[in-house]
Amino acid sequence: MSAYKDNDLRIQGIKKMIRVVPDFPKPGIMFQDITTLLLDAGAFKDTVDMFVERYKDRNISVVADSFVINYLTIETREGIEARGFIFGPPIALAIGAKFVPLRKPGKLPGKLMSEKYVLEYGSDCLQMHIGAVEPDDRALVVDDLVATGGTLCAAINLLERAGAQVVECACVIELPDLKGREKLKGKPLYVLVESH
Amino acid sequence: MNSFQQLAKFRSYLFQTMEGNRKSCIPLSRRLAGEVSSPDFGWNLNERMISSRVSHSTAVHRSGNFPISPNNRLERAASVRPQHMETGDASDPRITRIASSIRVIPDFPKPGILFQDITTLLLDIKAFRDTIDLFVERYKEKGISVVAGVEARGFIFGPPIALAIGAKFIPMRKPHKLPGPVISEEYSLEYGTDVMEMHVGAVEPGEKVLVIDDLIATGGTLCAAIKLLERVGAVVVECACVIELPELKGRDRLGDKPLFVLVSPA
Repeated sequence: MSAYKDNDLRIQGIKKMIRVVPDFPKPGIMFQDITTLLLDAGAFKDTVDMFVERYKDRNISVVADSFVINYLTIETREGIEARGFIFGPPIALAIGAKFVPLRKPGKLPGKLMSEKYVLEYGSDCLQMHIGAVEPDDRALVVDDLVATGGTLCAAINLLERAGAQVVECACVIELPDLKGREKLKGKPLYVLVESH
Repeated sequence: MNSFQQLAKFRSYLFQTMEGNRKSCIPLSRRLAGEVSSPDFGWNLNERMISSRVSHSTAVHRSGNFPISPNNRLERAASVRPQHMETGDASDPRITRIASSIRVIPDFPKPGILFQDITTLLLDIKAFRDTIDLFVERYKEKGISVVAGVEARGFIFGPPIALAIGAKFIPMRKPHKLPGPVISEEYSLEYGTDVMEMHVGAVEPGEKVLVIDDLIATGGTLCAAIKLLERVGAVVVECACVIELPELKGRDRLGDKPLFVLVSPA
């Protein structure tokens, strides 16, 4: 599902504020930069509001957001960088859910559970605190962008291993050509804008 | 007395690395407040020194790997306590709850370091909301048009504050993370240096800025953020953190910029 198809007027303002930076972080990659969206307080608020409106009455008790690096290949011509945490916390606050950060190894202290996920070259690992999520939690996974779906899939796995039920994944941007939507173990995906 | 209550009584100077991969293990000045012979980390001791330079594999302590479900909230380490003076009002019950929701993890990321873990605060919906409210109450309607958050945990607190006060949010990041033109500021760590970057054009001259991070230790990171912002002509109104480690005197590194914090270890 994407809000883009719902003709919400706020979408145009949001899409306009996302900057595409060519050849970052490597030549051939078109980087979707959401920092410009954050410079427009109105568009940033609209972004969060659209997610909050969708999820506030759905009994979501956990919002999980990851802060990881993903590099894709030059051939795919898309790439994302380490970012995150920006949309998850405001959504969690507004819908009254706890916020759980998912991070790469070495960042979170204490007892952790890890989920490995595969990149085109090599693999990476996403970690979550043991005990942060409980078996009757209903979880929303938020991320800035879904490309191949690797990070979201790892997040879903972590949450399910902890016994939570993943209700949906929500992203600001989707790169639909990379078919990340198909990697989400059947979980629905809601996005605000698509970039081809 | 369980181990968490012991830790609550455990007054010591703490250190903190700002990020796991930064080499900023900063030893604290030692304050010996109890009988200490050999420095180990037993939690059944009264008051101990903790030194980053002492690496003991014989630490007689349990790790801080306790479950962090809300039911255990009251058992969490309450070694951070509210303080007066340019900090949140200690008599505000919200501050007490915030302080007790912060978990302290010993020996992370290295032996001898007590890590102030705010992720447990984020699991306490009321404490997280109160944290943001306390900052918003202070900064709304002050003409602040920019909230600058320091990577990575500044990204958790900064955006909600920015949204609530109608300001833009700008991320202050490690090198090579921000696309497009950036300006950089090098700053010193205990061993070596690090670099902080900001987008060119994100902030305009004369804009009033609030700088936010989860914790201030030596103040090096915040100082770098202030310099970057001032280089582009912005006016840094204040720095705000959830936690201060006052013995590291980070406040002094901020020059004439005021610092506001909610809690500080006792």
